[in-house]
Amino acid sequence: MNRKTIGFILVALALLALPLVLTQVGTAWVRIANLAILFVFLSLGLNIVVGMAGLLDLGYIAFYAVGAYVWALLASPHFGLHLPFWVILPVGALCACVAGAVLGAPTLRLRGDYLAIVTLGFGEIVRIFMNNLSAPFNITNGPKGITRIDGFSVGGLDFRATDTFLGIDFTGPAKYYYVLLLLLLGVIIVNLRLQKSRIGRAWVAIREDEVAAKAAGINTRNVKLLAFAMGASFGGIAGGMFAAMQGFVSPESFILHESIMVLAMVVLGGMGNVWGVIAGALLLSFVPEFLRYTVEPVQKALFGHLLVEPEVLRMLIFGAALVLTMRFRPAGLWPEARHQKEMGEMKEADA
Amino acid sequence: MTVLLEARTISKKFGGVQALKDVSLTIRRSEIYGLIGPNGAGKTTFFNVLTGLYARDAGEVMFAGKPLELGSPHQVAQAGIARTFQNIRLFGNMTALENVMVGRHVRTQAGVFGAILRTAAQRAEEAAIRRRAEELLHYVGIAHRAGDLARHLSYGDQRRLEIARALATEPQLLALDEPAAGMNATETAALRELVEGLRADGLTVLLIEHDVKLVMGLCDRVAVLDYGEKIAEDVPAVVRADPKVIEAYLGTSAH
Ligand SMILES: Nc1ncnc2c1ncn2[C@@H]1O[C@H](COP(=O)(O)OP(=O)(O)OP(=O)(O)O)[C@@H](O)[C@H]1O
Ligand SMILES: [Mg+2]
Repeated sequence: MNRKTIGFILVALALLALPLVLTQVGTAWVRIANLAILFVFLSLGLNIVVGMAGLLDLGYIAFYAVGAYVWALLASPHFGLHLPFWVILPVGALCACVAGAVLGAPTLRLRGDYLAIVTLGFGEIVRIFMNNLSAPFNITNGPKGITRIDGFSVGGLDFRATDTFLGIDFTGPAKYYYVLLLLLLGVIIVNLRLQKSRIGRAWVAIREDEVAAKAAGINTRNVKLLAFAMGASFGGIAGGMFAAMQGFVSPESFILHESIMVLAMVVLGGMGNVWGVIAGALLLSFVPEFLRYTVEPVQKALFGHLLVEPEVLRMLIFGAALVLTMRFRPAGLWPEARHQKEMGEMKEADA
Repeated sequence: MTVLLEARTISKKFGGVQALKDVSLTIRRSEIYGLIGPNGAGKTTFFNVLTGLYARDAGEVMFAGKPLELGSPHQVAQAGIARTFQNIRLFGNMTALENVMVGRHVRTQAGVFGAILRTAAQRAEEAAIRRRAEELLHYVGIAHRAGDLARHLSYGDQRRLEIARALATEPQLLALDEPAAGMNATETAALRELVEGLRADGLTVLLIEHDVKLVMGLCDRVAVLDYGEKIAEDVPAVVRADPKVIEAYLGTSAH
């Protein structure tokens, strides 16, 4: 066995053991880990659109919303439907995919700032639709959202309850963790394979120079639509899992702030590089949560009382960290190999 | 010799500027056809109309016996016309090899599902794309730079890379927009050899060039544009002696 295989096995074991360890710290941390995985999922989807194809999308969370609402509507007492996951997830991915194409089609001629503005508007439109599609026909139940959504279940296994297996207790969130991990593995493989394919190259070519890409024979309209649709379907699947885990969805979960968060993960991690994007998503998911749990006790210990509200300080540190990263690592923490090369050369040139 | 491309009364206006006015020209198979003219004569505009990047105001193009669909650049590439740009346009953050691989896009078909499932057909196609791209890099003489980012190549190598990417689309007509601009004498000589080799391999070349010596030595026939109008079209020796040409172009630059 070479070192790579051993490293791979160690990482796999650590990932498998993680929820059991986190359960000891508190089930809340397993939930945080699950949300982090969902954000990795989202970031990888957005990475196709922003990182590879270079299309700045500020409304990405809309596809997450579509996936979540598809699950909510097809598996809750709201319509009295209770379809299994293997129906809902593909339907959710498909609906998000269509939404992606619907967003993509009118924006094909736009780039940069203009595209950002339109996609931002699109994200808001979807959220406002969710908010208002309660009359005359009650589809989304408006701002109240949809409750009592079915959880994920395979065969008779319910992912809400705690099960004991081999003498170990697996809580609901811990079980979700494994499902998400499996899905994530699939998403990573899809991303890596796309990156090194004819379509992936076409995306990057469009990002690099759209005119040259056209002249080199790429049907930029179709290829861009494909990027939007692919990215969106990732969002749709993540949204479905989100609804199943939470048991509740409302438009409030899909505000602009979330889109910006996912974009920040992609940019911070390193646009275009799958591993960088994963790192960015994990970092931006865990660090704020970590601060949430430490800011208050630390202040109490240092000053005896609370000086700055945890939420305020959390965002302050978070913002500062982002600014610093962009200042010192403009291509992201873990940029695409090609950018990395360029950074190295810049250093050499400085010396 | 059979006709490969026939452009008929192509016109293009930018606001008040008549960049092309009723330009008609005929390119025969396997010839090197020069397109010359003073700055701003409309040469690049002709390329842009021909490759579908600019919408024309009037005119049509027959290519290989069929009307050429000028609406979308990728269809022009599909039909068999490839080009390079006056201001080199490469995919800077892709390697030289990847740049050429992109050129294979139009002749291959693997889609998203093939890539995700890594089907046998997709893997075979991917290997073929890579092989062909390597061959082309070798052909233009920059095989040793395959793994380098396009924007790190020297100027001359970038020009070669652009030609390799254009060749990857399997064109019948290769349109080069001032390929020798900014090249030194050695690089220009090597370029000339490359273009002659292409013709020997059966390709037809449409060449915009300011280097009069290069054009006169290389081209079988030459057309001259001046203020958007074609003022001459003939073998180099005749064009060279044409008083209209001398007045418009050679007269001003060859004294
Ligand atoms: N996109 C554009 N918008 C407006 N005017 C343009 C555009 N492209 C070209 N022109 C104008 O059309 C005319 C022809 O330009 P073109 O670039 O075709 O000349 P050219 O023969 O290629 O010149 P050069 O030898 O300098 O490359 C010029 O007057 C130019 O300013
Ligand atoms: Mg020009």
